[in-house]
This record gives sequence, C-alpha cells and structure tokens, in this order.
Amino acid sequence: MIIFEYLADLFGAIPAAFISGILPIAFVVPYALFAVYWERKVSAHMQDRLGPMRTGWHGYLQTIADILKLIQKEDIVATAVDKPLFNLAPILVFAGSYAAFAAIPFSSAYIGANVDLGMLYIIAVSGLVVAGILMAGWASNNKYSLIGAVRSAAQIVSYEIPTVIVILTLFSIVGTLNLYELSEIQSSNIFNWMIFGGNVIGWKKIVLIPLMFAAFIIIYLTTLAEVNRTPFDIPEAESELVAGYHTEYSGMKFAMFFLAEYANMFAVSAIVATLFLGGYHSPFGYLGNLLGISWLVPVEQFFWFTFKGLGFVTVQMWLRWTLPRLRVDQLMTVCWKYLIPLSFVIFLLVSLLMVL
Amino acid sequence: METKTSHLRSEEMILNMGPQHPSTHGVLRLEVELDGELIIDVRPHIGYLHRCFEKHCEAMTYPQIIPYVDRLDYLASMYNEFGYALAVERLAGIEVPPRVEYIRVIMGELQRIASHLVAVGTYGLDIGAFTPFLYCFIEREKILTLFEMTCGARLLYNYIWVGGVSHDLPPDFIRLTKEFIVTFKPIIAELNNLLSYNKIFIERTANVGILPLDTAINFGVTGPNLRASGLKWDLRRDDPYSIYDKFDFEIPVGEGWHGTVGDCWDRYYLRMLEMEQSIRIIEQAIEQIPDGDVTSAIPKRIKPAEGQIYSRVENPRGELGYYIVSKGGLQPHRLKVRPPSFVNLEVLGELCKGHLVADVIAILGSIDIVLGEVDR
Amino acid sequence: MKSTEEILELLKGKFGSDIIGLVSAPPEKMIDITPASLYNVAVFLRNNEELDFDNLMLLSGLDDANGSTLSVVYHIESVKEKHKLVLRVTVPKDNPITESVVKVWECANWHEREAFDLIGIKFNNHPNLIRILMPYDWNAGHPLRKDYKNPEFYQGMKVPY
Repeated sequence: MIIFEYLADLFGAIPAAFISGILPIAFVVPYALFAVYWERKVSAHMQDRLGPMRTGWHGYLQTIADILKLIQKEDIVATAVDKPLFNLAPILVFAGSYAAFAAIPFSSAYIGANVDLGMLYIIAVSGLVVAGILMAGWASNNKYSLIGAVRSAAQIVSYEIPTVIVILTLFSIVGTLNLYELSEIQSSNIFNWMIFGGNVIGWKKIVLIPLMFAAFIIIYLTTLAEVNRTPFDIPEAESELVAGYHTEYSGMKFAMFFLAEYANMFAVSAIVATLFLGGYHSPFGYLGNLLGISWLVPVEQFFWFTFKGLGFVTVQMWLRWTLPRLRVDQLMTVCWKYLIPLSFVIFLLVSLLMVL
Repeated sequence: METKTSHLRSEEMILNMGPQHPSTHGVLRLEVELDGELIIDVRPHIGYLHRCFEKHCEAMTYPQIIPYVDRLDYLASMYNEFGYALAVERLAGIEVPPRVEYIRVIMGELQRIASHLVAVGTYGLDIGAFTPFLYCFIEREKILTLFEMTCGARLLYNYIWVGGVSHDLPPDFIRLTKEFIVTFKPIIAELNNLLSYNKIFIERTANVGILPLDTAINFGVTGPNLRASGLKWDLRRDDPYSIYDKFDFEIPVGEGWHGTVGDCWDRYYLRMLEMEQSIRIIEQAIEQIPDGDVTSAIPKRIKPAEGQIYSRVENPRGELGYYIVSKGGLQPHRLKVRPPSFVNLEVLGELCKGHLVADVIAILGSIDIVLGEVDR
Repeated sequence: MKSTEEILELLKGKFGSDIIGLVSAPPEKMIDITPASLYNVAVFLRNNEELDFDNLMLLSGLDDANGSTLSVVYHIESVKEKHKLVLRVTVPKDNPITESVVKVWECANWHEREAFDLIGIKFNNHPNLIRILMPYDWNAGHPLRKDYKNPEFYQGMKVPY
C-alpha cells in the first residue's frame, strides 16, 4: 500500500502500477533459484547425501549454473507439434502462477493490487494454469503429455472445489475476501490468527478452533494437489508418464514450467499462510515498534511472510521426498469422497455458529 | 434436437511404453492398449538387449563362459556363477571342498540381499517414493564393498569357478560381514516403516495385480512371485543343492497381509521377509565355515563325457536353470539358460488386464525383472 | 514320486508305438516320443492324477549337429509329486514341425517362440509364433543352428564388425 502510494506521488498512478507490478518478479526469480537449491539440499539430506557441493560454497551457485545451461540449450520443437499452442503454453502457465502474486500482501506496506475480491481473483487466475497445461499436453502431440494434461485438468478442477469451500468458510467468519484486510484482522496477537478462530471472541472461538484446524489441513492438502506436488503429482508422474505434460519441452520453455512450479508452490503456501497463519504478521510483536523505528515494521513483516511461505514450501518438499504417489482414481476418491464432504460439513457448522 | 455421434470415431489408444522409459527397468517395450486410462492388453516386446549369449557359449570352453554368465542377471551375478558352476560340476562329476560350498552360500545369500534391496528400492521408485531407493542403495553398497574386497569387482565378479572359487576369503571378511549383519537388521525395520506400511503405498499395491496360484504355476512363475501366491516352493528346500540342507531357515509365503494373496504388496513384502531369512543363513554359515583349501578342486581342463544336465538353483528372481548338452568336447554343444525373469515377465499381460496405466508400473515392478537376463 | 522308467511304462501302455524309447544322456534320462503324439502325451502327463506334471521348467530347441535333425527337449516336473521328467521330440531339419504345448503349459508360449526364433522349429497351433529375441524382420535364418552364417548386411548396416 505504502509503496504504491509513494510511487504514485513520484511518477503518477500508471507508471507506479507498472513498477509495483514488476516488484514480485524481483522476489519470485531469486526465490525460485533458492527454492530449487533448497529442494535439492532438503532431499539430499533426507537421503543421506550431500546434494550439490561443487559450484560455489556448498553448491550455492548450482541453480544459477543450471539456468545458464538451460539458456544455452537448443529449443527443440518437434515437427508434429501444434507450434502456436506449444509456444504459448509455458508462457500461459507462468503467467497464471505469477498473476496470483498480484493479490498477495507481502507486508503491510506492499500488496500488488488491493482488490476487494482478492481471493476470488487468485482462484480465477490459477485457472489459467489449467488451460496452459492442457494446451501443452495437447500441442505436444505426445501420448504421455496428453494423459498427463488430462489428469492435471481433472485434478486441479476437482481440488479447487474444497479450496473454494474452505475460503467461503473463512468468508463467513470475517466477511471479506480482501487478503489485505484479512491479514489486518489477524494482527496484534497470535490468537487472532484464523487458525485460532480469528477475531471472534468468547465461547464461539473455542468451538471454532478445531474446525479451523480441520479447514487448515484440507486447504493445505488441496493446494498441494493444485500445484501437482507429491503425493498428488500424478500429472507428471515420472515413473509412469515420463514427465507428463512437459515431456516434449526443453531449454528455456522447460525452465518456464519449472519456474512456474516453484512460483506456484510459494504462491499457495503464501495463500495458506495468509488465510490461516496471520499472513505477514509476526507471532511475537515487532522489534520496530519496540525501538520506535517505524520503517522496520514492514521489513520485519516481509521477513515473517517469507519465513512462513518458505516453511510451507519446505513441508511440501518434505512430503515429496517421503511419500509415494497416489493413483489417479485414488486421487479423485480423496477429493470427492473425503475432502469435499468434510469441507461442506465445516462450512455448515461454521455458518451456523456465526449465525447464532 | 437430434445429436449425431455416429460419425465420431472411437478406438483404443496404443501407448508405447519403452524401450526408453523410466520405469521399464531396462530396454523393455510394452505395447499398452488403452481405453482412457484403462488397460485392455499389454504386449511385451523384448530382445533389445539380445547379445547371443547362447551362441557365444558354443564357441567357448566351460570356464570361459563364467564371465558371460555374470552378465545375464547383472544384479545377481554371484548366483548366476553359483548356478553355472553347479551345473558343470554335476555334469562333469566334480566334487568341491566344503569350504568352497560355504563361501558360495555366503556369497549367494549376500547377493540375494543385494538383489532384493534393488528390487525393493526400485519398486518404491516406481510407486513414486524416491527416498527408500537411496536407503536401499546405501546398504547394497556395503555388500558390494564386501564383494570388492573378496574378488576386486563390484558388479561382475568372475569369482565362483567350476570346482572352487578364484580366491579365498580375505582375512577381514568374516568380521566385516558380521558387522554388516548387525547394522543391516534394523534397516529392514526402518524400510518397512518408511515404505511397506505406508498407507499410500499399501493403497497402491494391495489388491493390484493379483496372481492366483494355478495361473502362477501354469505360467511357470517362480521365485518370490510364486511364493507370494501362496506356494511354499523354494528350490533351496524342494530340490536341495550345495549345502542348503544344513541350514535352518524358513520359506515365507504370501498371506494377503493387506489384500488378496498374490497381489503386488505380497510380492514386494516377501522380498523383505526373504532378506531376513538370508541373514539367518549367512549367520549360520559364518559360524560353521571350515578351514581348508578353495582352489585345489579346480580342474585344469573340463571335458565332460557325452550327456546332458538340467541343473537349477533358486536365484533371487526365481528358478535359474542351466541346460547343458555335452558331446564330449571342451565346449558345450548347447547351453540353454532358463532365466527366471524371462518366464516371469510372460505373465505380465495376464496380470495387467483391467487395471489402470499406473498399475502397469506397479505390477511390472513387483515382478522384478532384469532385462539382461530376459534378452540374454 | 515316480521314476522315469515307471512313467515310461505308463506312457507305453497308453500310447504304444508313439513312445520311441528311453535315451540315456548321463546324468539324465530322456523319453523319446514322436512329434505327432506330443500334444496328447503332454495332456496325459498333465492331467493324470498320479503324474500331475503341472510345471514346464524348460523347453529348449536343439540342433543335433548331424545335419538332418533338430530336437525339442521338455523338462517338466510336478510341484505336488516332486518328480521330474525329460521328454524329447526329434524333427527333420528340412521340415521341422511339431506340436505346440501352449494349451497345456502356458509358459511354453515364449519358450516356443524362442525355439522358433533361434533354432527354427515350427510349432503347430501356437497362438503367435513370431520371433522374440531377434528383430522381427530378421531374414537371415536361425542363429543357433550349427550351420548358421551371419548375413553381410542387416537393413543397410554391416553385420560382421
């Protein structure tokens, strides 16, 4: 907020919007580089290995070297692919996952677009990712890609239902879909976090806590499925479908999918953190307030936000390197038979509770 | 409104799995006929690794064949040599010293553990769990190190010769093997907790690819796959060779722990149980191993009389048989191998019908094939 | 548990002259039978309750190296009775046709394909008698025959290297 207003004063509203829109990419790209490195290290240490150790100190430069390699690689386009769609797909996928960052409040001083329907907007633009994946699968003219894409579409569309219902549940408590406002509601105390019932007070809060915990677990599982991570990574199940929808991609187009996957991982983690764990708010209060340095508070908030987001990303990695993969029918069973009814029950109970 | 669907063409999709595919365990090509994700038929095409083993053998003397035998089932080379040496000894009537028998059994059972570790680890990989695979390989490395200090090679040993073994055990071998056993026992429990009892893993494998016993026998399926279908049939017991009758061990059979007898989980878990039994055999063999010479019985020249033999051993993958026909020369007239993987693979099409694409991988992995042996 | 001699008597009583006799190939003993009777003998061996040969361990094609015959050797056993038997069928080299036993023991399918591929023995009534180890379009003969010569070229590629 503050950053946008400050820039608007300096340059006028439209250039300020551009600059403020570019800012997340200054976060996403270094984050993705770090996340790839982090995933390798996490998996390596889980598996009694060291992971990358050669490029830079403990392999810190490994992902940069990888990106350099990917840039140099030949961009292979098979003759039988549908060229326009094939080239468009990675851009669409990345655009979809990047657009979600617009409505995520990184700190009280920065949110890309403070729209009132922020959450709805995020759900809507993530739909672009499905279109991109389907496009990639279809355009590749490869049977593995096609199966992967169809699975992916079915999976993401199904898992959006419980996600949306959980968001509705939150909406019925706080009455806003604006993520900035939602974050502000969860301020000042760890027990104001939505996982502890938000700003509701009295006996209702005690009843809300278990329901919110269940809702939190549901939304964590569904977002995990939406970013195609193990145990829900059947669209790119490497042991069955080689690499799923991006089998035919190489070079920078492959890197775009890769980047989108990691950007998506952070986006959903950030959303979960914003919805349930206080967003950018610190659980302990701020050093800036204590020392009376007002500009330090947003910086601290940014730190806490990234900390929570990366924490969830790490849990996603942990799950990936521990669990086997579900089968496509089991995946649907989990969603339609367990998560959706459960989320409806929670929604119903919470709504009743709030009416009382 | 009238809808016209008659002009829409509908047909099954043929999916070519392999020869380059992450989960076909080598260069196996599966022609999978799909209706959506449902499998109508699976037709394996093999031969991509065919290297004329049997033709080569007809031009080589009996000891020269041993390095070639290593390359059949490259995950269980020791056992291939064991089986081959046994076949030639039976054909030519050669007696081996008792210490050699013990060394062979120890090596064979260590190899069985190493091979099962690969089977179990790669099976986890097929189902999507990456980490157990590396845990298995850490243990396998320890076994390979034991082999390396014995004969200098880690994969293709050329260690067990007709009439003996090429070297005696190195001085530290017994101590290090005992240490390995002590460290390995808890690993089995850890692997079980990490993978075998994982709910998702059980969901993926239990009640999938059920192999009924009569089908198994009819298709000639042997080894852990047959035992998982519920038949207590182990050549170490039922057609004893070497000195296996001196050891006390059990033959685990499939009981349908989490589903039906003979499903993928049974086949997988049976390998876990067999590793425990192999450890028991090694422990006993180490206690009983006598001193003595290991190379004295190796003949300078092997020239069996005219005749033939079909000799079989219980390889980690099943019944490994050598059929040798001698016409009295220095070379075999015909040497035919019965590779367990070759025969076990045949049942794949039968098992896969009506399952999903993901199950093909689960079933193929549970059969545990090695293409070096299928194609020879 | 029955010895080869006892089984031979049983077979002789049932099939008569189709059972040619006992061949000694130390340390094994084989029963020689005619190709025409093979299928019926196999069915009998499998279905007879005393014999119950339910497992075909190995089926191997063999070039007898006498210039005129090829043979197929069947190693069978009974899982329940725990006895084994070796059968042999000899066919002329210029017209090597015998009966398929796929209907009796399912695992004979690939074994017979292999015998066809490498030795060139044809099996009547086999469901899918095509090459298995060699390329499907290999047209230079059957490699495990003693008189086999490598072709110069296969699909434009030089074979001897």
